[in-house]
Amino acid sequence: MTATDSSLDAPRVTPGGDQDRPTTSPLRHQFKTALRALLPVLAAVVVGGLLLAVLGRDPFSFYADVVNRGLIGSLGRQESLIRMAPLLLIAAGLMIAFPAGIWNLGIDGQFVIAAVLVAALGPELAPRTNGWVLFPILFVVAFAAGAAWSVVPAVLKAWFGMNEIITTLMTTFLGLSLSALLVKEFFDDPATTVPQTKVLQVGDRLPRLFGTRVHLGLVIGLVAVLGVHYMMTRTSFGLRLRIVGMNPAAAVHAGMNMRALTVSIFMLSAGFAGLAGAIEIVGVQGVVRAEWNPAFGFAVIPLVFLARFHGPSVIAFIAAFAVLSIGGESASRQAGLPNFFVLVIVALMLFFLAVAEYAQARSKAAAVS
Amino acid sequence: MSDLLSTVFLASLISGGAIAAVPLIYAGLGEAISERAGILNVGLEGMMLTGAYAAFVAALNFDSIWLGLLVGGIAGMVASLLMVVLCIRLNANQIVVGIAITLGAEGVTALLHSAAYSDTYPRLPGAGELEIPLLSRIPVLGEGLFSHHASAYLAILLVVGATWLMRSTGLGLNIKAAGDRPHALDAAGVDPRRTRTIAVLSTGFLAGVGGAHISLVGAGLFVPAVTHGAGFIGIVLAMLARGRFGWVVAGALLMGMSLSLTTALQLVGFDIPIDAVQMLPFILILVVLGAFGRNSYLPAALALPYSREAR
Repeated sequence: MTATDSSLDAPRVTPGGDQDRPTTSPLRHQFKTALRALLPVLAAVVVGGLLLAVLGRDPFSFYADVVNRGLIGSLGRQESLIRMAPLLLIAAGLMIAFPAGIWNLGIDGQFVIAAVLVAALGPELAPRTNGWVLFPILFVVAFAAGAAWSVVPAVLKAWFGMNEIITTLMTTFLGLSLSALLVKEFFDDPATTVPQTKVLQVGDRLPRLFGTRVHLGLVIGLVAVLGVHYMMTRTSFGLRLRIVGMNPAAAVHAGMNMRALTVSIFMLSAGFAGLAGAIEIVGVQGVVRAEWNPAFGFAVIPLVFLARFHGPSVIAFIAAFAVLSIGGESASRQAGLPNFFVLVIVALMLFFLAVAEYAQARSKAAAVS
Repeated sequence: MSDLLSTVFLASLISGGAIAAVPLIYAGLGEAISERAGILNVGLEGMMLTGAYAAFVAALNFDSIWLGLLVGGIAGMVASLLMVVLCIRLNANQIVVGIAITLGAEGVTALLHSAAYSDTYPRLPGAGELEIPLLSRIPVLGEGLFSHHASAYLAILLVVGATWLMRSTGLGLNIKAAGDRPHALDAAGVDPRRTRTIAVLSTGFLAGVGGAHISLVGAGLFVPAVTHGAGFIGIVLAMLARGRFGWVVAGALLMGMSLSLTTALQLVGFDIPIDAVQMLPFILILVVLGAFGRNSYLPAALALPYSREAR
């Protein structure tokens, strides 16, 4: 058989996390759902603390630093909210692709390509127009650039059944190299010594909210995640995507146009990744340096899974991750550690989530028999 | 143009390409075995990193490259144990667990490295080469291909051995069955989960050795994320090879040479942007995929967890 999508496991969770019908009161059900999501997090924090102790650091003061600097301190809290914006947009794209069984692992390439184009275009356009025109143009360009960067994997998947994991991994490498090349050779600002694009002046960046440093991108990200959640759970298009993910053969028999659906899933999910790149540039960075890659994609993929594609949970997990990254950055500096601890915590959460899901499946099977 | 045919250029291209290719061969072979058994191992990069760090520590303390490579393999195997428990025993999603292994290994190795070596940043002495008699004296080619650390030749031997194993042994047959028809394998009296466990542990070992090769022979030191995406290239190579291990070697050499092309070009005075050269192999592969995409084949049960109840 050929490598069609049926050969790869579609995510086995329905969006909305409502895969098990509440058998008891709704409140108790919600409590159990919340507990199930929180247990892996708690276990990860405990094991992460043990690792800190092994490294000779005080886990309690480390975690206290994380919370203080990422959440309680006003500056840190704003930083965390700022960090959430691109992560939310990436997550919105993945919430479309993963339930449909499309493994778009090319997020980082799509993100950076769009970011480079926006960083090149922004400073050129900004003096000639105002924000009402500038940002929509840049967002459309970024969405199109991200989507364009997934055309090859989309076509290879839709027409030849080529596994998208290989092709999107390759387009990631390609995108990162091409971005570096573009910055160094074409968009390089001659006024600086390091290869980087021209800087989008602070006055030309996204408007800030309520006198804080948090920019409009946060709102765009929140709307995107909730909008995608609505689309996946309440519209026929979303239902179609979920059927494609759960049972591609059934989708074909139901007369769905698989090629058109596959291509649109790629375009949407990669487009959102591109939009995330634009938001990060016009909201925070203002500039792209050669070889810049924040690797947000690989961080968000697990979070979307931890949240089981459920919009509000995605927002909660991304908020927690943002606090952990921003607080973790300063806590690590304080503890004299490199800024890698947050990766360990995310990995541990995923491991414990796998164990928790297994235990849940077992107890359900036991209850049935 | 005559510069491009000069000995310096070709020797540098071939020898640099071969050095970069060896870890890709180890890792790609491991991934190919695992995919044959139906396990898509996205944690390859993490297993390589684990191996790279453990090998570095071992080689530094015991002053032995071979011991380092062995320890690296064992460490990669330990990392793959997570995949065995979570994906084979607990039926967790392989891609998610794979990403978690990669993220976790990147974090843990960086933290351990900083805790132990952030003040000293030690380096290892050169690994030394094994010159194959006669062959290594062939002009240009000889130096490039037949004068490497012995682990490079071991990689080729392993590919030959693994090919034989898959073709001519019962275990090889079981592995292929575990990837194509796990239920049939179970009906025949062999537990597919056991077969898959063997495959995944071998993958972990090979990826660990590959990572060890990067830190011990290639770089001579460990820095966070020293594998630099080699694991992901390994996944690509294995999927392209579609179960034929020889193609992993060919792909790894192609990839290795394009990685070393920039250095070689600079040696003869060509100044081509490194990023443009690094794009070449991926563009080439995508074009090939577009042209021959119809023939793609992957094991039927790839990335599907096996459980007896779920028929």
